[in-house]
Amino acid sequence: MRSWRVERGMQMRFAVIQFPGSNCDQDCLAALNGITGLRAEYVWHKETSVEGFDAIVLPGGFSYGDYLRCGAIARFSPIMSSVVKEARSGKLVIGICNGFQILCEIGLLPGALVRNRSLHFVCEMVTTRVEVADSLFTHGCPQGTLLRLPVAHGEGCFFADEAMLRELNDRRQIILRYVTADGRLNVAANPNGSVENIAGICNREGNVFGLMPHPDRACELRLGSVDGARIFQSMMETIEASRSQAA
Amino acid sequence: MKVNVVVTPKAAVLDPQGAAVRDAMQHLGMPEVRSVRIGKYLEIEIDEKTPEVESRLRALCRDLLSNPVIEDYEVLES
Repeated sequence: MRSWRVERGMQMRFAVIQFPGSNCDQDCLAALNGITGLRAEYVWHKETSVEGFDAIVLPGGFSYGDYLRCGAIARFSPIMSSVVKEARSGKLVIGICNGFQILCEIGLLPGALVRNRSLHFVCEMVTTRVEVADSLFTHGCPQGTLLRLPVAHGEGCFFADEAMLRELNDRRQIILRYVTADGRLNVAANPNGSVENIAGICNREGNVFGLMPHPDRACELRLGSVDGARIFQSMMETIEASRSQAA
Repeated sequence: MKVNVVVTPKAAVLDPQGAAVRDAMQHLGMPEVRSVRIGKYLEIEIDEKTPEVESRLRALCRDLLSNPVIEDYEVLES
């Protein structure tokens, strides 16, 4: 057991899982390493343990060529049983784009991501609205905060049946919704046909978060937005708070 | 021996591919077409089918070949 005294003030370590076909692993690594106090490392999917990190990132891409269904094969990668174990123990896990699809496939998150309603691959900057201000991934953002983040996906249409949707709403698991640039929720703001404009959800416990937009591609001004960093910073605050609590 | 598995989208799930194909069929001289749903057809060759193999196959139909949140599956005997 490491004591908090040793950990406090130390850098936080995030694992970025690499699957064959991941293509945002480098974006994630660069974005995370650009944040003061954060160090990100790759973990190859054939590894069997991802223990010892402060958080786990499942990056975007096309793991296993998106064959069968997006994320359907990656969920059986050797590393995933360790990811599930860490998630169940309360570790922060974030799945971005293909990472979100993998989290749904493996059942760490409810629902599924299906073909965009338009059938088009969408690649654009969107506006998302923070619906839950005190989540472990957004508590740096007051409710209603607008985050400008890019999306790039063909299968990002979030589906949940009515019962599941009710539960997601009741338990405040819907963290981000697609809105217009001025924050209005309507059909025009929805890039992929997701039910209720859902862009990101968390699990019941709140420590596993999946979203289709890419915070990893929105951490530098020259990329058009730095709003993505607010999600990673919220995660850091969560980790810091749990360290202090452990003290 | 051969086992075939058909995976279809659940009725509640949007099938934009099916809708696009329906529109194309209507446009190409088949206005009678009411709806099209697109799924997957898997031809699987296995050494032999014992009850034990079949139960493992069904488990994989549920866990890998289909996603029960959005799809149904059927194992076709041939």
